[in-house]
Amino acid sequence: MANDVRAVDGKPTGPAPRKDGERTSFGDYLLFAATLVLPPRFTPDRVRYDRRYRTLDKYRFISWFLLVPLVLYAILVISPFFQAFYYSLTDWSGFSSDFSFVGMDNYERMLDDSDFWASVKNSLLLLVVAPLVTLGLGLFFAFMLQAGGRHKKSEAISGVRGAKFYKIVYFFPQVLSVAIIGVVWGAMYDPITGPINEVLRTFGLGSWTQNWLANPDIAMLCVLFVLCWMFIGFYVVLFSAAMGSVPKDIYEAALLDGASRPTTFFRVTLPLIWDTVQTGWIYMGIQALDGFAIVHIMTINAGGPGNSTLVTPVYLYKKAFDAGQAGYATAVGVVLLVITMIFAAIMMLLSRRERIEF
Amino acid sequence: MSGEIQVTSATQRTQDDDEAIGAVKEPPEPAPAKPARNAQGATLNVFSNAFLVLWVVMAAGPLVWVMINSLRESADITGSPFGWPTSISLENFTNAWSDANIGKYALNSLIILCGSLPGTMLLGSMAAYVIARFSFRGNRVIYLLFAGGMMFPIILAVVPLFFVMDNFALLDTRHGIILAYIAYSLPFTTFFMTAFFRTLPGSVAEAALIDGASHTRTFFQIMLPMAKPGLISIGIFNFLGQWNQYFLPLALNSTDPDKALLTQGLAELSVNQGYEGDWGALFAGLTIAMVPILLVYMVFQRQVQEGLTAGAVK
Repeated sequence: MANDVRAVDGKPTGPAPRKDGERTSFGDYLLFAATLVLPPRFTPDRVRYDRRYRTLDKYRFISWFLLVPLVLYAILVISPFFQAFYYSLTDWSGFSSDFSFVGMDNYERMLDDSDFWASVKNSLLLLVVAPLVTLGLGLFFAFMLQAGGRHKKSEAISGVRGAKFYKIVYFFPQVLSVAIIGVVWGAMYDPITGPINEVLRTFGLGSWTQNWLANPDIAMLCVLFVLCWMFIGFYVVLFSAAMGSVPKDIYEAALLDGASRPTTFFRVTLPLIWDTVQTGWIYMGIQALDGFAIVHIMTINAGGPGNSTLVTPVYLYKKAFDAGQAGYATAVGVVLLVITMIFAAIMMLLSRRERIEF
Repeated sequence: MSGEIQVTSATQRTQDDDEAIGAVKEPPEPAPAKPARNAQGATLNVFSNAFLVLWVVMAAGPLVWVMINSLRESADITGSPFGWPTSISLENFTNAWSDANIGKYALNSLIILCGSLPGTMLLGSMAAYVIARFSFRGNRVIYLLFAGGMMFPIILAVVPLFFVMDNFALLDTRHGIILAYIAYSLPFTTFFMTAFFRTLPGSVAEAALIDGASHTRTFFQIMLPMAKPGLISIGIFNFLGQWNQYFLPLALNSTDPDKALLTQGLAELSVNQGYEGDWGALFAGLTIAMVPILLVYMVFQRQVQEGLTAGAVK
């Protein structure tokens, strides 16, 4: 066992200074190298009582602990990621092992690919509208929960009764699988057995009934709605947590100054939780840009009718695994990554504000 | 860690609010500033509660509808979407469980999770511990390598990943899926646990080392138990993420129907029901998949909400 504590933490322990007169034979190095791969208890005594054992023990521990996670991560995450850039420059079909390097051909092909542009258009629609709706409603409900309650003598602002219950129920969709949600909403939208049309009929709005997912004009809105439905509860919980951490005397001061509740929200609450809104915005944007499972499960032919609900990830998947155009599909993936990055950068710039401490 | 702390304090605060409201039954007192505010508050109260209740119906309605329909016969469901079960029959459930293989798929998912969740937690904590508490050349690079993985969409890597898995003969195998789940959970797990290990005091670990414990022993017997709150948060995050995973199984585990996971099985059932018209089995299958997760969530709702909100937005 290691009897030395100095190796832990703190300053970097560089290699021990080597004196000229000291004997470090080739055999010693072999022994050190062997020690690196041995469990601590089998450390030869000769090494254990060496001046440099402390460093050796530390590096032995570090390399053993990092080995498995790093190898797994490098093989299954990092290497595919970099391979994607390379494959995007080839005409690889994915089925055979031979392919040739075609440079930017895949990217040029994308320019004339109307299916691709349709998918980008739909993805961008999700990217812009879904976060707006979700975060807007999330903020609204969270503020209702935190400040919608009756006034009491002692408190300037109070939460509604049963706030905890609301938060539990709102969070339901967040714990369920996207696959379950896709199937449930597929059934909800069903023109015959679905409850949406039935509700409309009950209220005498029979003319509004639709074959929701089969109507190219409406199908995308249906997808958008489900995406927002999934995430609103999450943001209600997140934002009410952030609002709860704002000191109450700030609200009291605002109310004493005669601020109405909307004013309180826009002038006090929102600026104070802006950090959370900003990260939430980026997170929701990335989630909305994906939308893979919902579209893949819920819509007709995964992206139909026509191209009306095709989103870029689904298009990529179809190209790679159905059409056998792996090279082209990875090029689509690279463009998707670029869109994600641009979105994150724009949002960081646009939403940058001075941070308020409280 | 600030995110988590915020969440905790907020939850407590709301609980306090609830109790306070429960205790004070008297009619609303005029607020100190203006008497007019009282009326405004009352209207707002009705208004806000109406919206809040509306969204309860929106959020839970579809799920309740599915559960009720799982007890009805397929013919009844086709006849009218709404309605109470005429008689309680569990036939739909047996159909879903055995004919539609939902039981088998759930078991498959469970087996995968038994490997991937402990694996993720162990490997993630190991890497995070080394990154957080040791200084060595390349520390920063390795940290950024892991943290960077959170930014990139899996979809970009999926085509090469498919062929990497194929080359290692991991495609359509349980251990292959487990490894893929672990690998794609590592970025966030490592990132989160690194932050957590940094907050732990170093003196305890030093004491252990003075007493003669090896680094490995210190990690497993001292530091890992101390990191329990962090492990619970990230464990919940990974549990739900991996149990609900749809994309990775679809890409890497789709040729052998016997090995399909629950999410794949449900998607499949949804397609088949279109041909066979067996709505009852579909709703029963959905109920089987939903209810256990919802029950676990309701029991541990505080931890789940904290785990996911601390986890997802950093």
